[in-house]
Amino acid sequence: MTSSVVSPETTQRTPTATPAAGHATATGHHEMSCPPPAAPPEDLSRLRVVPARHPGRVVLAVGVGLLVAVVLYSFVTNPRWEWGVVAQWFFAESIIRGLLETLKLTVMAGAVGFGLGLALALMRLSKSGLISSVSWTFSWIFRSTPLLVQLLLWYNLGYLYERITLGIPLTEITFFDARTSDLMTPMLAAVLGLGLHQAAYAAELIRGGILSVDQGQLEAASALGIPARDRSLRIVLPQAMRAILPTAFNEIIGLVKGTSIVYVLAHAELFFTIQLIYGRTQQVLPMLLVATLWYVVITSALSVGQYYIERHYSKGAVRTLPPTPLQKARARLARLRPTPTGAPA
Amino acid sequence: MSLHPGTAPHTDTDPHPDTASLGGLVEIRGVHKSFGDLEVLRGIDLRIDPGSVTVILGPSGSGKSTLLRTINHLEPVSQGLISVDGEVIGYRREGELLHELHEKEVLRQRTSIGMVFQSFNLFAHMTAVGNVAEAPRRALGVPRREAEARARELLTLVGLSDKFDVYPRQLSGGQQQRVAIARALALRPKVLLFDEPTSALDPELVEEVLAVIRSLTRAGTTLVIVTHEISFARDVADTVVFMDQGRIVEQGPPAEVLDRPRHERTRAFLQRVRTGAEAADEDPAPTSPPPVEPSPAPPADAPRRPSHPSATALALDPTTPLPRYLTEDHQS
Repeated sequence: MTSSVVSPETTQRTPTATPAAGHATATGHHEMSCPPPAAPPEDLSRLRVVPARHPGRVVLAVGVGLLVAVVLYSFVTNPRWEWGVVAQWFFAESIIRGLLETLKLTVMAGAVGFGLGLALALMRLSKSGLISSVSWTFSWIFRSTPLLVQLLLWYNLGYLYERITLGIPLTEITFFDARTSDLMTPMLAAVLGLGLHQAAYAAELIRGGILSVDQGQLEAASALGIPARDRSLRIVLPQAMRAILPTAFNEIIGLVKGTSIVYVLAHAELFFTIQLIYGRTQQVLPMLLVATLWYVVITSALSVGQYYIERHYSKGAVRTLPPTPLQKARARLARLRPTPTGAPA
Repeated sequence: MSLHPGTAPHTDTDPHPDTASLGGLVEIRGVHKSFGDLEVLRGIDLRIDPGSVTVILGPSGSGKSTLLRTINHLEPVSQGLISVDGEVIGYRREGELLHELHEKEVLRQRTSIGMVFQSFNLFAHMTAVGNVAEAPRRALGVPRREAEARARELLTLVGLSDKFDVYPRQLSGGQQQRVAIARALALRPKVLLFDEPTSALDPELVEEVLAVIRSLTRAGTTLVIVTHEISFARDVADTVVFMDQGRIVEQGPPAEVLDRPRHERTRAFLQRVRTGAEAADEDPAPTSPPPVEPSPAPPADAPRRPSHPSATALALDPTTPLPRYLTEDHQS
């Protein structure tokens, strides 16, 4: 980073300084600097690096630290947050049930969204104009419709189509017949609404990842006679994952919180449950804090997962994987232990 | 699509089945190729004998890489026919009609035509063994364990026995290209195509890759090499083909084309390529070494490039047997 330069001023302060000390790169010794020897062959191994100072960073760090402290202080001391109420409800059975419902919705809508999104992305890249325009049209429609409208539309499908029947047209044969309103539970409407909406976005982001993979990879795979399916799933997608993952986790985290919009269908996920409770108890802010804290917990867990999954897919893309925070912490501990009485820094 | 007039009906079998050559016979007849308005190949006729080594030279833009890519149908031709051992590539011929083959069929044909790219194109997310084992597993259905055992054998052949589980990005360019050669060999191709295999390499890494290619001339596979390495061409080629502006200007043994070029354009090109030290090194070589057998000693101009230490560790000693897997007869 810095190639240290022993300046003439430094050397002149020491008694046996020689003006011969010129410009040289250091070799990374940590000893205190000694006066350079008077003998003509200068010992370069004695040079040491003085790390560059960043006074601006220190000022900024202090400022940010103060700000954080003030905010935390207000959080803890302001009685209107009603931390007691938060603690009372945080693990309440109804809240946990709502939380599980939120997780279930996220997983199902995420699976529909990314599964269908992958199919749409591959369709969009198809050589067949028909297939690729079907995919384009899907994304166009589902990205243009507000999520709220989609949810209500699915939930009210029974108004548009009273019965859903599966059979052979123009005959009496039916395999399946049901009233739409019986089929379309809030849960199904929510999964369809969230999932299809997600699929339209996932398709674009997966397509972007696929396009980021070098054309030569496909060419090499084709030249080796590797079938199209394996070319996509084994050669291109694993490499596209690096570009896809950061945005994909963004989307999933958005989806976790996006499930809260399902309250319009009166489905008892976390946010609807919270609303029910504060509607009864009038403790609005503490209850919203409970919901927020749970969303923070889920997002944090996802972020940790993201870190390790990204790391997995960066195999081969970086020369050496950087150590994980856990490995770093362990290394730091190991360094601390053997030298309990270290020299002053 | 129209056929080149006056082509004789192709033979369906190897003319010498008894010689059991592992190399394929490549016949290129009346091939034209256009990209939009730009005609890159303007009528190429070339016969490449089984097991022979052909080096294609020519200035950039002369169509040599495109020609190479038409042989395994990475570029479909605009007109003409290409066949390997009598099998038309990319099409099924019925009299005057050429039916486009389904991708599955083209992929099957490609398994007998290996290709090595200028930019390696190794699968970055797979280890060296993974790269080499992938095509046998996916294209031929070889079980994983067997494919990986073969991959290790091939990597050893190209001198990378210590790099089995290393990712491409952790390898030098020369090592990457050697993995790519092992990967192409893994399907036991009848024909191996090299598209400027050393052009993306640092000068001191070129020799280790050329050494591997030189060692392959013993395997009996038909080699078609696009390169700018004139001295290498002189050393290994049976036939040197000089192309310019989409046409073959002249072809023949290296001693003729490289040392006594009949065409002004060939002469001018060779003059341009052999500049400075290279020209000084190569000029006092009026006689060419015997082309078929790879010379065990490096050619006269080799000391210019001190060979990489690992290059000497390759299985390049002509007495080292090649893996049986490479030399036994093709089943599929």
